[in-house]
Parts: sequence; C-alpha cells; structure tokens
Amino acid sequence: MHLPTESLPAILKFLAAWMLLLSFALLAQRRLLSLIYLLAWQGVTLALSTALVALLTGDRLLWVSASLTLLLKGLLIPTLLHRLLRRLNVRGDVEMTLNVAGGQLIGIVLVIFAFALAAPLAGALPAATHGMLGIALAAFLLAFWMMISRRKAISEVVGFLAMDNALFFAATSATLGMPLIVELGIALDALIGFVILGVFFFHIRENFESLDLHWLEHLREDR
Amino acid sequence: MSWAAWGMQSLQVLLALAIAPLFAAWLQMLRALLQNRRPAGLGQGYRDLRRLFAKESLLPEDSSWLFRFSPYVLFGTKVMATTLVPILAVNLPLARAADVIALVGLLAVARIFQVLAAMDTGTPFADLGAHREMLVSALAEPALLTAFFIASLLAGSSSLSTIVAHTQVEITSLHPSMVFAAAAFFLVLLIENARIPVDNPATHLELTMIHEAMLLEYSGRHLALLEWGAQLKLLLYVAMGIALFFPWGIADHVGLVAVMLALAAFFGKLFLAAPILALVETLLAKKRLFRVPEFAASAFLFGVIGLLTHFMLGA
Repeated sequence: MHLPTESLPAILKFLAAWMLLLSFALLAQRRLLSLIYLLAWQGVTLALSTALVALLTGDRLLWVSASLTLLLKGLLIPTLLHRLLRRLNVRGDVEMTLNVAGGQLIGIVLVIFAFALAAPLAGALPAATHGMLGIALAAFLLAFWMMISRRKAISEVVGFLAMDNALFFAATSATLGMPLIVELGIALDALIGFVILGVFFFHIRENFESLDLHWLEHLREDR
Repeated sequence: MSWAAWGMQSLQVLLALAIAPLFAAWLQMLRALLQNRRPAGLGQGYRDLRRLFAKESLLPEDSSWLFRFSPYVLFGTKVMATTLVPILAVNLPLARAADVIALVGLLAVARIFQVLAAMDTGTPFADLGAHREMLVSALAEPALLTAFFIASLLAGSSSLSTIVAHTQVEITSLHPSMVFAAAAFFLVLLIENARIPVDNPATHLELTMIHEAMLLEYSGRHLALLEWGAQLKLLLYVAMGIALFFPWGIADHVGLVAVMLALAAFFGKLFLAAPILALVETLLAKKRLFRVPEFAASAFLFGVIGLLTHFMLGA
C-alpha cells in the first residue's frame, strides 16, 4: 500500500478529532449498551491511529502494537463487557449526577483547559503530531469527568477504560510510538484491572442488589 | 457593478422563491414514499399556496398591528437573507452588503417577529409555541454561529461569498474542523426548520408542536406568506449548507456557460439533499421536548469542538 506521505498527518488529525468526538459521545450517552459500542469504536480508532503512525515512521513493532490494540481494546474488552452486562442483567438508563447538557458544558471547559495546558508542550513534539497531545489530554480529562459524574459501576469502568485509551493515544500519536514492552505491560494491567472489577461487580450486586454505587455511601446496620 | 451581475442577483432570488415550494413538495413526496404512503405530487406546494392566497385573511379580535405586520417582515427578511447566500454565483453585488453574522441576525429578526406575533394573539397555544421556540433557538443560534466561525477562520473572511471562493480553491485539503462544522450545521438545519427529531409541523398535537403552534391564528394570505417563508427558509438553509461544505460548481464569474453549470449543479445537489433529509426524518423518532435542548446543545458542542480542533490542530 502506498499512500502519499503528506496526507497521512491529515488523516491522523481526523482520527484525533474523531477520538475527541467519541469521548464527548461517551459523556453524553445514556444507555449502557451504546456506551460499550462507543468504547469499542474508540479502541478501533486507537488501533487505526497506531497503524497510521506505523506507516508514518516505518516502525515494525508498531504494527504489532496496532493489531494488539485492535484485538484487545476493539474486540476483547467490549465483548467481555457486553457479556458481563448480559450476565448481570443490567437494564435501563445510566444514572448521572448532572444532566447531559450541563455535563457536556463542563466537558467543553475541560477541553479548553487541556488545550491550554498542552499548548506550551506542542512545540517540542514532531511537526506531524503537533496538536495531538492536547486532544489526548482532553480525552483523558473527559473520561475522568465521566467516571466522576456517573453512578453505576459499569459506566465508571467504561470511563476507566476510556482513560486508558486516551493515555495510549497520547503515547502513540503524540510521541510517535512507545516501546512495545511498556505497552504490553499497560495493556495487561488494564485487562487484569478490568477482570478484577468484573468480579467486584458481582460482589457489589450481591450485597446491595444494585450496581448503583450511590448505595455504597450509606452504612447498613443489618448485615 | 455591471448589469449582468445585478441580473444574476435577481435571478438567484427569483429562482429561490420559485423553487422553494417545489423543493418542499419533493421532500414531502420522498417522505411519503419512504413511509409507504401515496405522495401528493410535486405541484402540491404551489396548489396549497394558491388556495391560501385566494382565501380571506381573518384576524383575531384583540390582535394589534404586529399580527398583520409580522408575515411581511418574516417573508421580507428571508428574501433578504436569500440575496446574501451565493446560490448560483459568488461576488454578486449584494454579497458584500452583509456577512454571515448579519445573516444570522436577519434570521433572528424573523424569529423575534414570529414570536412577538404569536404572543400578540393572546391564545395560550401560541404563547406555548413562542416559549418553546425561544427555548430551542437560544441554543441553536450559537451553534449556527460557531459553524460559520469555523468556515470564516479557515477562509480568513466572514463574507459567505469569500468563504465559498476560498473553499473552491482549497479542494484538496482535509479539514477536521469543517467536518464538525458540517455536523453542527446539519443539526441546526433540523432544529431551525422544524424537522422531525425536534418538531413535526404536520401534526397539531399540543404536546409536540413548536413552530405550528405559533401559526395557529393565521389564515389566508398571511398564512400563505408564512408557509412560503418557511419553505424558503428550508431552501435557504440547504443552500447555505451547499455553499459552505459543497461549493463546487458555483460560478465564479457571470457567464452563460458558468451559470448554466452552476444551475445544473445546484439542482443536482438539491435533488440529492432531499433524500438525506427524508431518510433522517423517517428513521428518527420525534424527541420529547425536554430532550430537544440536549439535541441543540450537542449541535453547539459540535461547533465548539470544531473551533477547538481548528485552534489545536490548525486545520
């Protein structure tokens, strides 16, 4: 495959913008099932951008990393989450502490903050990926805000995984690749964290008959 | 400015006025076909207007001059807005009269008069419609402005004509911010023209109506003007979308060949735009009124993300 090299950064910028949009969509989404699909889309975007960086730099190891990302973040984790959702038999809307419009307005403020924070650093980065760090930081903060503003345990885990995605995006796009061993370590950490949280889900529900973490704030005397 | 340019300018406005009912009827026809209903035909828009113009215009008892005055203001501002949008050619004489901000302002004047006239009748339904209209448009208008701002920032000018001329030259480059602007603009188009996820002018259901509630007291030629104005507004928005995001084919000078090509391109784009709108309206369900501000907020969000990506990524 031979693409003109000058169009690659433009496509990478598109993917970055798409990543930001997906982060906002995660923030605005009410339904748990759509949340998981959006997370899968974010994983696929991540894999695509890693593949693009591999094409841009010619680094062989980045291809491995891209396919790993696709398998793990685009397919495996969403499938597992989906199965978990079915086994837990969770239904209905996501509980939010703030309404959607308000949450998104705070999201905009976070993005501006992230961009302002990343602006001085942008000069030190390769020219092709100039603004990418700001977007990755913004996606990170948005995922963080999502974890804060949600009540159900599953949507908080989705926020955690989205945070992980944003970190990966920062590492691959902003710095044009990172060592595979670091990436493998982080990916496995995320997967193990996810599995442990999956076990926690069952415990939480067994004890509280709900996945709403709101109940964890109250003391229960009768147990 | 030459006579040819002025002739072109008036031709453009007359064309928009003439085909607005046709476009609305074409959209209606596609919707009917998609919903397995038998369409009324392409002439329905004209038949409706002729019928309404022939009828007597009744006025509510306690209404003031505002009620009679508003249909003309609404129609006039929309015709004025049509002169500012490069439908067939750029650099027409009136193009430099006002920029995109003034264009949004003109549409806002129309909205304010519509709302005032609705409240003038004193009926609760019209009041309710006016309130809902302001609720929704308060968020839709900044979204429209941000979409325009992105295009102006890229072109370095806030004149729609200059933006079109600039985009035609820069066909090769991809702009992520323009994609967001297009998304924001499309949502605003749905909101402002009372299309289905936000409003459904085809029903008279008190729970859902926004636009229609404000027109309930109108009849005869006033109603005809309002309906024609609404059709013109839809065409105007589609033309603005074409000018901003798909400007290829718009003539850069007034010549016979270039204008004929522009005409063909415009009709082709309208022909293609209607199925997209009809499909969206058929596939989406009408939102509850409380969800509509969220919808408008997401349009604004697209606009702001577009602006931010423009500043961050420089594209």
